[in-house]
Amino acid sequence: MRCPTLRLSMALVLALHLLSGQAAWGAAQELTVSAAASLANAFSEIGHRFENLHSETKVIFNFAASGALLQQISQGAPVDVFAAADQQTMNRAQEQRLIVPASRKNFVCNRLVLIAPHGRKLTLSGLGDLELPLVKRVALGNPATVPAGRYAQEGLIRAGLWETLQPKLIFGASVRQVLDYVSRGEVEAGFVFSTDAAIVPGKVKILAEIKMQQAIVYPVALVAASPKQDLGQQFLNFLSSPEGMAIFEKYGFVRP
Amino acid sequence: MDFSLDLRPFWLTLRVACLATFLALLVGVALAFVIARRQFWGRDWLESLSTLPLVLPPTVLGYYLIVLVGRQGWIGRWLHDTFGFSLIFTWQGAVLAAAIVSIPLVLKSARAAFEEVDQGLENVARTLGLSELAVFLRVSFPLAWRGILAGTMLAFARAMGEFGATLMVAGNLPGKTQTLSLAVYDAVQAGNDHLAMALVLLTSTTCLLILVVSGKLLHRDA
Repeated sequence: MRCPTLRLSMALVLALHLLSGQAAWGAAQELTVSAAASLANAFSEIGHRFENLHSETKVIFNFAASGALLQQISQGAPVDVFAAADQQTMNRAQEQRLIVPASRKNFVCNRLVLIAPHGRKLTLSGLGDLELPLVKRVALGNPATVPAGRYAQEGLIRAGLWETLQPKLIFGASVRQVLDYVSRGEVEAGFVFSTDAAIVPGKVKILAEIKMQQAIVYPVALVAASPKQDLGQQFLNFLSSPEGMAIFEKYGFVRP
Repeated sequence: MDFSLDLRPFWLTLRVACLATFLALLVGVALAFVIARRQFWGRDWLESLSTLPLVLPPTVLGYYLIVLVGRQGWIGRWLHDTFGFSLIFTWQGAVLAAAIVSIPLVLKSARAAFEEVDQGLENVARTLGLSELAVFLRVSFPLAWRGILAGTMLAFARAMGEFGATLMVAGNLPGKTQTLSLAVYDAVQAGNDHLAMALVLLTSTTCLLILVVSGKLLHRDA
């Protein structure tokens, strides 16, 4: 084993083998689902159940702000199913012909809430209290990409607080980042979905529900460029099945 | 292009990178000198610990910083209770994050530079009655400055490009803590390709200029 060429070629073979690592996992087919960050917990459980029912399938999730997911899909990310937290993002996907319009459907509803870190002496009763000097920072998702942030912006504009609260606003990259900021006590209050707040009950408390003019309804659709339309449709069907809905309800989502 | 480019991220990035480099220079050179000249128990551990930010993922550093200087962290709670000040979501927090990732670059270069310095010259200065501080300032540092400058350049470049730890500690607040790298990320996420392209070109040009200018400084009388 003193031949350098032999060693080099062995290293190359090993490297190539590692690069093509996917082959080692068997020939199961993969379904890639890009879903709003607020769906992370419920979808992970749904994914496990779906894999149990379809033994040859592996469900791969990509959780982020709906707006960020839309950008990835429009740049050609190999995604099969897209689930957003608002209609606006899905409308944009439809305008750009990124989804199959016939497959689009609403599958769950959610509520927007104002939360605060648990155990803080400060008590806030509504949006108006955010103007108090004791409230230094208020977190919400970046309205450009995060649906929960856009809903919060809508609520604050309607309450006439959007302009006055500007110096206090902290924009998160997703609704889950806002949840993290509040549960760590880095901000005095934040806007998340009620299902997000329910994940860390010991760390945050719900102060108020923010009423929306239109209900918060999550749409899902098949991605037009996906070669796995049939498998994707089975996943969509499973979401609305009694078993799927039971999982959503367990996490606090509501039927549309 | 029909939009006016918001230059705040640019100026903020320069300010954060300059201050972070300055902090990294102070801490890095002091550590390097101690490590290069003194023998003490745990020296290897100290050096490895100081180099850790170079190899750890920025998210790991960001997490440590949140745990330490966050409002519920040891240092953060004390800062908040004593001065009513919190580093989280401030540009000063971005300076801290960028300084910590830059320290190893100064440390490594400065240590090598100090080891090149002839210790006989330092001893001569001591026999002539100079204090330890004067020996450092008038002999060791002037002889090692080229290596230290090289490390400082790298530290500045690293501080300018810092993303992960900055995002976690300082957040991404437009006009307040949004540096160039964060502004690029935001623009791409929101599908604003024109803005992203403008910011990317601005960043690349700035970095290229810095490299050329500091390269000239470094080789002028080599």
